[in-house]
Amino acid sequence: MKANAVSAGPAPAPGHPVDYRRIYVWELPVRLYHGINAVCLVGLIITGYLIGAPIRPFYAAEAYQLYWFGGVRFVHFICAFFYVFNFAFRIYWGFVGNKYADWKNFFPITRRQRQEIVDVVKADVLQVKLHGPISAGHNSLAAFIYFFTFLAFLVQAITGFALYSSMSSSWLPRMFTWIVPIMGGEMGVRYWHHLFMWFFVTFIIVHVYLSFYHDYIEGRGTISSIVGGWKFEREKSDQ
Amino acid sequence: MGDSTQSIWQSMQAKGYSRRDFLQFCGAAAAMAGLERSAVGQVVSAFDVKSKPAVVWLHFQECTCCSESFIRASHPIVADVLLDVLSLNYTETLQAASGFQAEKCLTDTIKNNKGKYVLLVEGAVPLNDDGVYCMIGGKTAESILQEVAKDAAAVIAWGSCASNGCVQAAKPNPTGATPISKLISQPVINVPGCPPIADVMMAVVTHLVVLGQLPALDNLGRPKEFYSRRVHDTCYRRANYDAGLFVESFDDENARKGYCLYKVGCKGPVTYNACSVVKWNEGTSYPIQSGHGCIGCSEAGFWDNGPLYQHLPSFPGFGIESTADTVGTAVGLATIAGVAAHAVVTNVRKHKVIAEVHADDQPEI
Repeated sequence: MKANAVSAGPAPAPGHPVDYRRIYVWELPVRLYHGINAVCLVGLIITGYLIGAPIRPFYAAEAYQLYWFGGVRFVHFICAFFYVFNFAFRIYWGFVGNKYADWKNFFPITRRQRQEIVDVVKADVLQVKLHGPISAGHNSLAAFIYFFTFLAFLVQAITGFALYSSMSSSWLPRMFTWIVPIMGGEMGVRYWHHLFMWFFVTFIIVHVYLSFYHDYIEGRGTISSIVGGWKFEREKSDQ
Repeated sequence: MGDSTQSIWQSMQAKGYSRRDFLQFCGAAAAMAGLERSAVGQVVSAFDVKSKPAVVWLHFQECTCCSESFIRASHPIVADVLLDVLSLNYTETLQAASGFQAEKCLTDTIKNNKGKYVLLVEGAVPLNDDGVYCMIGGKTAESILQEVAKDAAAVIAWGSCASNGCVQAAKPNPTGATPISKLISQPVINVPGCPPIADVMMAVVTHLVVLGQLPALDNLGRPKEFYSRRVHDTCYRRANYDAGLFVESFDDENARKGYCLYKVGCKGPVTYNACSVVKWNEGTSYPIQSGHGCIGCSEAGFWDNGPLYQHLPSFPGFGIESTADTVGTAVGLATIAGVAAHAVVTNVRKHKVIAEVHADDQPEI
């Protein structure tokens, strides 16, 4: 965002075509992170919901003929491990990636970021202003909300590993056994783990909608950028 | 109750047990304490000379189900002999003495066995309103506990009441019922359950008496031997869980087939206990085997994590039937409605902006 933040100006003078500049915003590791994260998260929500409210799609007379529920849980655990290491990688990339991936984007540290949050709320959420800031990377409000999703990631990872620890002897889940007593036993841990799933469901709805919204309102390839990495920015007119 | 200077073997002889009975008892006690066969000899020589340990069994806010469970231990020789072996100096429910005599038993035991007696506590201790909700002989439960625990060699909390508060501590916990481990400074062996399994209680006491030391405890003070695995992990219906074969309601065909009770609220997957291994009533059965889900009675706060026949606890403030899923679905639908409304408003309020974007593509040349 930063220096590239420009506002959509008035329409160009007739007879003057608009020039757009390509900006490589999302590097390949960021796009891969996003893709893996999306697949894992959807997988986790579906399997997690099924674990909470199992269905029986197959019939069998005897238990040994099926491993359906075991399979659902297995997919949940596999997705969880991918998701956690993928997230750990993203934290690393926040220190070595380009300026759009930088960790500092996710905290409203500067006055400019805080001002942008106010502007985005006015222009995009409440729509009391017609033209708002158009940043190349995350806008400050979106980035700050992502910070809260990262916290929710952490809650899910910690409670998930705490629940998993009783069936595992490996060091990573075992690190979180102490969570269980402080949350009032596994019933409590499972409850919170389940409740936070709904945060992600809500987040996905809003996130996907707003991506399309920005693509539609700004016309700069917001949707395609997460596949190819490029966004387009209007060249400042020299008039 | 009995002369505490006698050794265990002497007191058994006095009661008419043979040497063979005594050796059988030693073998059973060693097995209960988790010792290998070669250690039985040590147990025999210890019991030959060891004097009977004095025991004080206190009852506070409880229903006596722990005592009821304890006297139904399935190894008769251990149960019988252990009750004889232990010099049970004070227990409100079973002792013959009453009134001042009973209280004298207690003070004498503490005086004569300082630092040597075992304290067993059944029930939670109420702290609200200066502890008036549970008083014995004019003293509050808390002051009795502090007084007796001070000189005890070991303290065992029997049952969920003493271990984690159980139903007395259920919201809103009007009496301020408190588990004893929060009130005294020495380590407490928590043996939760409502009640705990009789054979588990026996084994814990045997371990203390035979080895003279605390069993290995987990971070909640429970003996690892019996509380390190979930009911679910050793459940004989587990294969049905992994297969996804569930009982949908209590009288359906699936229930008859003995499928997993997960969907009718079984708390086995979140409950640490030995029910599915040790079982109850001389190994006859346990709740899941009898067709009813585990209610999680050995877990802290199980009373507040209801309803019992629902897999997830109800969501506070939205009625008893609403789970996190009900609330989550409502929030999700509200969000979809919200973004749809936003999309409509966008097209109305921002039609100029949208027109500008489109104008970029169509320069008038």
